[in-house]
Amino acid sequence: MKIIFTLVAALWMASAALAVEPREMLKDPALEARARVVSKALRCVVCQNESIDESGAEIAADMRILVRQRIQAGETNAQVIAYMVGRYGDYVLLRPRFTAATVLLWLGPVVVLLLGGLVVARRLKRAGVTPLPLTPDEEAAIATLTDEGGKA
Amino acid sequence: MAEASSDPDRPRRWPFAIPVVVILVLLALFGKRLLDVERGADPSLIPTVLLDTPAPAFDLPPLPGRGEGLSNADLKGRITLINFWGSWCIACLSEHPVLMEIAKTGEVAIQGVAWRDPPEKSLAWLAKHGDPYDKIGQDPNSKTAVDFGVVAAPESFLIDANGVIRYKQPGVLTLDDWRNKVRPLIAQLKK
Repeated sequence: MKIIFTLVAALWMASAALAVEPREMLKDPALEARARVVSKALRCVVCQNESIDESGAEIAADMRILVRQRIQAGETNAQVIAYMVGRYGDYVLLRPRFTAATVLLWLGPVVVLLLGGLVVARRLKRAGVTPLPLTPDEEAAIATLTDEGGKA
Repeated sequence: MAEASSDPDRPRRWPFAIPVVVILVLLALFGKRLLDVERGADPSLIPTVLLDTPAPAFDLPPLPGRGEGLSNADLKGRITLINFWGSWCIACLSEHPVLMEIAKTGEVAIQGVAWRDPPEKSLAWLAKHGDPYDKIGQDPNSKTAVDFGVVAAPESFLIDANGVIRYKQPGVLTLDDWRNKVRPLIAQLKK
């Protein structure tokens, strides 16, 4: 079990270590940390669902370096992301923006949940309007239970 | 069960269909979109935000022994087809005869960007397959490719005489694309 865990952990860390190469990294750890944040928000444009931070693709590596150059030149994270969106559109953002085109994506599940909740609420309400009175047997059973509970 | 459904106090069953229908509609929409992207059927699915905006500024060095490099100044004054390619790009090989054909017509200037390609390899490739380009600039670090929002080679842009991007061809420019899209657009821009 330990061996499996170690192997899995090693594999997982290996994949994390693969993408960003040491020669790409900025010397200033604060700037490098920002570059990682920005890179994690940007989609690798040839890999569909991977950030440029994770991707081993060549264009992703070049984009990581461009991100770092811009950060080093004094741009804010938002400015760097805006630069990439200005080239590739919203597509380059891994987290879709809330726009007319994505409203269904963001609100669809909520709408479904609300509709489902509405149906369930209505059903429960109708079913539970008049709870049946307890039968004498049930009354007795509850009495025994509470009495015993009280004695113990 | 039959008499129970006629009981007016019993909740009707149909509201249960609403979430199911909504989920099915959502699934169908998302599924269609995924399949479309997968097929790459509609190039507008990855639209270029740069359409109808001025081409980004760039100034790329030439391939050794092949005259001048390429800069955005070369895009002004005439209609240009700018083509991102590389000797490593298999699809570029299938596109190449089309570019050669277009160059022969002389209807549009073809400018090349040798993207992420060692210059000697670019030159060898051109020597072997022919050279349709007016000028070629080297973009070893993807700086200009990213400025154009290039995703993968080959990719081509039609740029009007004012240096404004008018059309993007993601992927291989086929003879059909040339005849049905690019050429009519050039004719329209020349008016």
